[in-house]
Amino acid sequence: MADRYIEPDSPELRARWGGFAWTAENAEQAKVIVGRYPAGRQRSAVMPLLDLAQRQVGAELNTQGWLPIPVMEYIAKYLDMPVIRVVEVATFYTMYNIAPIGRFHVQVCGTTPCMLRGSDDILAACKGKGLKKGHTTADGMFTLTEVECMGNCASAPMVQINDDNYEDLTPADMERILDELAAGKQPKTGTQLPGRHTVEPAGALSNLTAMVDANHDYRGEW
Amino acid sequence: MPKVKVDGIELEVPAGATVLQACELAGKEIPRFCYHERLSIAGNCRMCLVEVKPGPPKPQASCALPATEGQEIRTDSEMVKKAREGVMEFLLINHPLDCPICDQGGECDLQDQSVAYGRGASRYHEHKRAVTEKYMGPLIKTTMTRCIHCTRCVRFSEEVAGVDEIGALYRGETMQISTYLEKAAAHELSANVIDLCPVGALTSRPYAFEARPWELKKTLSIDVSDAIGSNIRLDSRGREVLRILPRVNDDVNEEWLSDRARYMVDGLTRRRLDKPWLRRDGKLVAATWAEAFEAVAKINPGSAVAVVAGDLVDCETMFAAKKLAGALGSTLLEGRQTGLAYDFSNMAAVNFNSTLAGIEDADAVLIVGSMIRDEAPLLNTRLRKAVKKGAKVFIVGPQWDPTYPATFLGDDLAVLGNLPADVSDAFGAAQKPAIIIGGAALGKGALGAGLAFAEQFNLVRDGWNGFNVVHMAAARMGGLMLGYAQKGGIADLVAAKPKMVISLGADEVDFTRFADSMIVHIGHHGDKAAHAADVILPAAAFSEKDGTYVNTEGRVQYAEKAVFAPGDAREDWTILRAMADALGVSVGFDSFEQLRAAMVAEVPALGVEGLVDYGALPAGGGKAEGLIAGYPIKDRYLTNAIARSSPTLQRCSAELLHGETFAEAAE
Repeated sequence: MADRYIEPDSPELRARWGGFAWTAENAEQAKVIVGRYPAGRQRSAVMPLLDLAQRQVGAELNTQGWLPIPVMEYIAKYLDMPVIRVVEVATFYTMYNIAPIGRFHVQVCGTTPCMLRGSDDILAACKGKGLKKGHTTADGMFTLTEVECMGNCASAPMVQINDDNYEDLTPADMERILDELAAGKQPKTGTQLPGRHTVEPAGALSNLTAMVDANHDYRGEW
Repeated sequence: MPKVKVDGIELEVPAGATVLQACELAGKEIPRFCYHERLSIAGNCRMCLVEVKPGPPKPQASCALPATEGQEIRTDSEMVKKAREGVMEFLLINHPLDCPICDQGGECDLQDQSVAYGRGASRYHEHKRAVTEKYMGPLIKTTMTRCIHCTRCVRFSEEVAGVDEIGALYRGETMQISTYLEKAAAHELSANVIDLCPVGALTSRPYAFEARPWELKKTLSIDVSDAIGSNIRLDSRGREVLRILPRVNDDVNEEWLSDRARYMVDGLTRRRLDKPWLRRDGKLVAATWAEAFEAVAKINPGSAVAVVAGDLVDCETMFAAKKLAGALGSTLLEGRQTGLAYDFSNMAAVNFNSTLAGIEDADAVLIVGSMIRDEAPLLNTRLRKAVKKGAKVFIVGPQWDPTYPATFLGDDLAVLGNLPADVSDAFGAAQKPAIIIGGAALGKGALGAGLAFAEQFNLVRDGWNGFNVVHMAAARMGGLMLGYAQKGGIADLVAAKPKMVISLGADEVDFTRFADSMIVHIGHHGDKAAHAADVILPAAAFSEKDGTYVNTEGRVQYAEKAVFAPGDAREDWTILRAMADALGVSVGFDSFEQLRAAMVAEVPALGVEGLVDYGALPAGGGKAEGLIAGYPIKDRYLTNAIARSSPTLQRCSAELLHGETFAEAAE
């Protein structure tokens, strides 16, 4: 896991984000979220609200969004809880970005199944496109992170970019996806294999073959 | 009452006990880091693993496992031994091997437990992690690489102190303990995390690299920085007290200590009066004891003597001074230096009758004119517990942050006679209602109204006395018991125009009112009274003499002498005894034992350790009026002569209260 550090508090940060407040639309949404929890337990809403705030910051910056310190303070105040408890949550979960981030957050899975299926080549392809682990490209377009298992082992290797997964990647796919994103197009999400829809067997069935036509009872064969 | 078997010993444990507590009841030692009796259970260090049947066939964390009927617990099996060794090895993976340069060395839980339960060698050859230091203020030094993430400090500040400022950031291997934005921990109990830290991650900054625990002589003493009378231990080496640590006393301070009491220690060696001084032509010049007593004899006051006792003095000193004044024919004694003049004829009316431990059970509390966090920090932790159990708290006086939900009823004392409906409803329905009257209210004459309130809501009932006064001076209750009070307060002394005023470390008195009197100051610090004095007789601080103290709940406690007073300074009673010779009178004691015996003969309650029975509450009466404009303590770190001399507390005051910034020394 890449080292994560909170963007340090600075007067510039305060000047830029000190006035953070919900947009009219998000204010409605925040009320709905807080309303899901019993009265007096409003701090349970901290996680969805952090996500909402991150998305709002992202919309303002046209990036994936992150959580500056003043925004965390705003949420703490909104939920009437100590700031340190908000910071604890935001630093614990890696899906909250606690430092500025690019337009697309490219999260390449490097855990064993993906690695066996070639995630090193995917990372190399990213590197070829000028992406560097833990850094944002100069044009602010891509931030590359290597992450641990995202649960798509059946369609490894995979990469998550913002809210979408791209699976069954080849280095060429990776390059194409990055190019399309940079050009403002939306690449096909999910598996990149032509004949595959989700995570069904990529070729012919290799086991449970008798189940294709009928509900076969295997117990007798054991 | 479930019955369990621990290592073959069958025993009954209280309902709700954990397996760890059951083991302790059976006399088995269970190693632990994160578990602490006074904090919530975290269960994250895994050091307390034991084998429990019935249950899964693996070791279980005993601190978080309830003891149930018929459990068979083993703390001595091969599985437990192996589990402890494993946990210890994991804990030590990222713990640096820097014990020789660590201040915790010699009193470190991790050190002790790795000797007792570790496997002796590590098999870990990778890089250890390193964590940057976190700034936690002038009192707490951090070496976060040593942290084992027990989260005791996080739980203490959230649960006991009520100030959420320490948290665990990040996760897994990168987890770090930090204050928010590395701001200083700024509450009045912050340094207790140093005692709680089982390793050397949080250590005392002023005490850094001062001494090793085995070099220190440990003396049992009583804190004098407030009227709680916290039980403390003075750690001294040679002639210097190096640190003050709390002792466990569940009735008084549990095991906490306020920062002021803890860090007063370095004031004990600074600005000390170590030789007699005389005022000649308006200037203080150093003198010998012989010259000083000559000067006292020359005053020749006859019976025109008054004694003012300071906030820090012990009962023996006050009694010796009382005897001296009595031998000269005077009864002008006063201890309430700032001019308070409440009625002291019945001691029960100026006592904290609920007791500090008892107030935890209160279910409705009215605080009148007391900023408890500054005036009695450890009372606030009790009130916090009461609120957690469901107590409602109402406060009359200017706003302050009590760390728990409380309703402010405004500054006007008249509200006592005209309570809002919700307050009177709460007190009417309460099983154990209590009132706490503080110094600001006493100054406005609210004692009578408080007693009337006690009558109105029947605060004294079977097994419960809810009438409380919280004092701020360690000497107050003892002084009142010894008669250090005049009907009109210190104004009576001023009106009597005494020829000689003996100040027993009375640094808060406005001595300009005694312009025509000769002021003989028996004190230990060159503080305010020394500037006004005509004769200064250097005396011993609380750490340099045996003494009896009575805390605000009327608990008699004895402190012991840790070190000798510096230079020519002497213990107070010997000075008063010698003054009697100089003035040609007899006080009737020649040794400390005789003095104490005479004191106990006169006030028998002072001879018995523990709570004094002051009898029944008097009837109240009178109306309270007036606005409480503010609280007496303006600077919680600098409340007495010793604290004002302490560089550590001066820095706390400047940095934490007045926002000055200090550059960190490069290391």
